[in-house]
Amino acid sequence: MTGPVVELTGVSKRYGDVLALSDADLRIDHGELLAVVGPSGSGKSTLLHIMGTLDRPTSGTLHIDGYDVGALTDRQLSVLRARTIGFVFQQFHLARGVPAIDIVADGLLYSGRSRGHRRRAAEQALHRVGLDHRMGHLPHQLSGGEQQRVAIARAVLGDPPLLLADEPTGALDSRSGGAVLELLRELNDGGTTVVVITHDRDIAAALPREVRLKDGRIVPEVRQ
Amino acid sequence: MSTVALIPARMPFADVVRVGGHGLRSRPMRVFLSALGIAIGIAAMVGVMGISASSTYELDRRLSSFGTNLLTVSAEERSRLPDTAVGMIGALPGVESVSAVGRTTARAYRNDHVPTERTGGIVVYAARTDLPTVAGARTVAGSWLTDAHITHPAVVLGWTAAKSLAVHEAGPAQLIWLGGRWFAVVGILAPNDLLTDLDYGAFVGWPVAERDLGFDGSPTTVYARPGQSAVATVQPLLGAAANPENPGEATVSRPSEALRAQLETRQALNALLLGLGAVALLVGGIGVANTMVISVLERRSEIGLRRSLGATRGQIRTQFLAEALLLSLLGGVGGVVLGIGVTAAFAAVQGWAAVVPPWVMAGGVGATLLIGGLAGFYPAMRAARLPPTEALANP
Repeated sequence: MTGPVVELTGVSKRYGDVLALSDADLRIDHGELLAVVGPSGSGKSTLLHIMGTLDRPTSGTLHIDGYDVGALTDRQLSVLRARTIGFVFQQFHLARGVPAIDIVADGLLYSGRSRGHRRRAAEQALHRVGLDHRMGHLPHQLSGGEQQRVAIARAVLGDPPLLLADEPTGALDSRSGGAVLELLRELNDGGTTVVVITHDRDIAAALPREVRLKDGRIVPEVRQ
Repeated sequence: MSTVALIPARMPFADVVRVGGHGLRSRPMRVFLSALGIAIGIAAMVGVMGISASSTYELDRRLSSFGTNLLTVSAEERSRLPDTAVGMIGALPGVESVSAVGRTTARAYRNDHVPTERTGGIVVYAARTDLPTVAGARTVAGSWLTDAHITHPAVVLGWTAAKSLAVHEAGPAQLIWLGGRWFAVVGILAPNDLLTDLDYGAFVGWPVAERDLGFDGSPTTVYARPGQSAVATVQPLLGAAANPENPGEATVSRPSEALRAQLETRQALNALLLGLGAVALLVGGIGVANTMVISVLERRSEIGLRRSLGATRGQIRTQFLAEALLLSLLGGVGGVVLGIGVTAAFAAVQGWAAVVPPWVMAGGVGATLLIGGLAGFYPAMRAARLPPTEALANP
């Protein structure tokens, strides 16, 4: 594939009097693995929400996978999220009392695929994240690291070109966190563009590209 | 730049149900209690309708066994019909059968020690042997008076009369004190819905009444059965036929009409009970709405997650609407089952056949779906309008 998967041009986001993101320009190409790093309040979450099309910019333009987000309706954005973007959250967001395989299968719930197809895809995805033996387990029977791997399996279920991970290791100990990062690296090797949002400079430094945010502005990058 | 159209995939019905049921499975106790509210309302309504239908069915059954073509001609209190009345009425065109009773002044008691004022409301009648076939009376014990009895001290008791005299079976050993001498109880009549007067009667043969009880031989009530099609033409003629000199002194009635009027009164009461059921249902619906509002508030992060997975606002709305509908449906089906149970129990106690019309069951379930849709509408709209970022902000 060619062209950027994410392209922000002069994007700003204002909440009342607060300018959460100011005149951001950012281009992320297919197959990249990068960190968006900054202290809390620096605008990371705002940037994630805008890149994830969960929120719209106050001004500026955003293209995701070639689509001009500003020109799309809420319905169309939902389809774009279903097809193009996978999300991983700090709190995992796994439904209580639902077996891992069904949680993962819900990653394709809004894609129009049959339940059988979704479950088969979920099996493969769980295999991919190394949880073959945990398919029927409920979230509370899994460790934190395993829960985040289930969430990642759900996020990559229909092979979305873009994976947005919001503090994916924030709720994990360093060992589980390391394993999760390793998994994200493997997914990136498989061709998925991975954006890791983090406040942890060490994690950011370990990734090929680092986008620094400070007070709602993107700090000019030094390409490694 | 883009080539592929972004059109949301249609969610299969099975997935809509599964996703809607997901919220219910995770909170069984709350679901049970809110469904119970609906169930009580529906059970009340189905029960009222079922009991009403069962009693109507029973009444129709009795009416058809008695027939609706029975007419009675009664003399005013303390007066009598001429001796010719039975013959005159029997001769009217269209009248198929005719019978009569004549009130006597005799009193009936359990035995000769009972004080004379304690009559128990029992009226002693002279009765013709063909009374049961014309009036539709049947005996629950012994048999009706036959030609062999009518000159002897033999008596048949009405249902209530037998109860108040504490006579439970018929036979030569069952004696009651009637008109100053002992009479043997040869039969007991079943309760009669159509002719309740018969329940309080003690019936003796015409000849024995004239001979021993000072009966003057003139009837006080004549029972006539015209053919079904002749009822309307015969009814206006009965007064004059029974008492040609004073037609106004004879009261003509059609007992089945009275029974129908009674039924209509009961249906007015049913409307009231049905109203109470509707109020219960309304309260149940408010309970469902309340549960759904709380559910939406609690599940903001789930809503955010689903939006991030690609759910459209419409799909979120559908999910919560489906949840509300399933919740009400659960209550509705439970309520219908409960209502059928109440009807069956009530009918069993009354000795009726239990009848719950299918439209009542369908109506009950339909009403709950309507309630569920109304109760779920606002919470579902709220869930759909929730911005995904806000939903994800609160874990």
